Amino acid sequence: MTRVRIPPTLRTETGGEREVEADGGSVRAVLEDLTERHPALRDRIWEDGEVAPFVNVYLDGEDVRTLDGVDTSVREGQSLILLPAMAGG
Amino acid sequence: MASYRDLLQRTKDEIDEIEPAEAAGRADSPLYLDVREQDEWDEGHLPGALHIPRGYLESRVEAAAPDRERPIVVYCAGGARSAFAARTLSELGYGDVRSLAGGYTEWKRNGFPTQLPRTLDAGKRSRYSRHLLIPEIGEAGQLALLDARVLLIGAGGLGSPASLYLAAAGIGRLGIVDADVVDESNLQRQIVHSTKSLGTPKVLSAKGAIEALNPDVEVVPYEERLTSENIDRILGEGWDVIVDGADNFPTRYLVNDASVWHDIPVVHGSIYRFEGQVTVFRPHVGPCYRCLFPAPPPPELAPSCAEGGVLGVLPGIVGSLQASETLKLTLGIGEPLVGRLLLVDALEASFSEVKLRRDPSCPVCGEHPTITEYVDYVEFCAGPRAGAPA
Repeated sequence: MTRVRIPPTLRTETGGEREVEADGGSVRAVLEDLTERHPALRDRIWEDGEVAPFVNVYLDGEDVRTLDGVDTSVREGQSLILLPAMAGG
Repeated sequence: MASYRDLLQRTKDEIDEIEPAEAAGRADSPLYLDVREQDEWDEGHLPGALHIPRGYLESRVEAAAPDRERPIVVYCAGGARSAFAARTLSELGYGDVRSLAGGYTEWKRNGFPTQLPRTLDAGKRSRYSRHLLIPEIGEAGQLALLDARVLLIGAGGLGSPASLYLAAAGIGRLGIVDADVVDESNLQRQIVHSTKSLGTPKVLSAKGAIEALNPDVEVVPYEERLTSENIDRILGEGWDVIVDGADNFPTRYLVNDASVWHDIPVVHGSIYRFEGQVTVFRPHVGPCYRCLFPAPPPPELAPSCAEGGVLGVLPGIVGSLQASETLKLTLGIGEPLVGRLLLVDALEASFSEVKLRRDPSCPVCGEHPTITEYVDYVEFCAGPRAGAPA
């Protein structure tokens, strides 16, 4: 199981949960499982089969774009953070 | 019982002295340490010397001169106090310490270079005394703060605490860009404004509050919305650091592109409900905003504080962190948040960090930039998704 941190702008889609769990051996698999469990997230995260460019995904604090993208493998105990930009000031 | 004369002679026998001519000819750039009193220092000192009055020597020298291997030439007015200081430094483990024979008097009489310090007057010395006590700041640091020019984008939630703390710290020139007027709904968090400034332009309300707090600060108000048309003029007026506290994506991308082209670091903060993000974008050294967020989220995924709300104190935390980063950049101290995005969660009372890296394919700061002039930022942020079903 991987803990996935949900940003405040996506919490309506997780029923208000700040952190949820999902399963998978890669970033893609975890995010697919996540959107299976929380279908409302699907259109927020995926765009044409890829992670939308405005959603940053961090695996243990590293931007997955600097690793192997969605193909980055995920080990037990690692955690994901979903992070879209916030403009508020 | 030893007399002063005996004690001095004994001390001088224990330490090494150096003649002014030999010291002036040294090629290994020793650290010159001035142990005289403030009023003596104010009348002139050796160029580049470090000043620690002898009474504070033991307590301050390790922080101010951490390298114990670096040669030190310690001096006072005539060579007596510096002899005692040299012995103390040896006892503290400094390996290569010599006392300047004849002191500053002899140095100056021989015509070797001296320097008149820029100093703080008594009023500033008192106002900034808690800064002056910190070795990493001191008088030189405070003078650097007074020389600094910081541009704040927005006098709202983040700009309020940032501007107040930067003003209190003595940042000499604060530019503020904001086109709005103070509204009642601002006052739950925008503490630079007040009930009596309702309806007045935010830049003028902020200017009044800042000048009341610290008359050393010159406030430059820009009562206008930042656009592609005015940003070069405003940035061109000379700013060392930009504090981005904007409340919308078009302004944030505009500030980013301009800051890369003008080569000005941006201290970024953003907030929503209970959570905030802080980082420092240092052009060409660390990532820029577009490296972090290549594309803005569609509007429905990016509610503003006006739409989604924000805990009143949250901008106090995030804006204060921005002020802290700005002071560090100005002073050149510490580890600024370059390449790190600090995530603040007030509900959890947690701070966490993710790593940011430069994107070699970044359209603005990458190896082969494809955006080299201002774009239509409103259209860019509305994006191709505008109107598309979410």
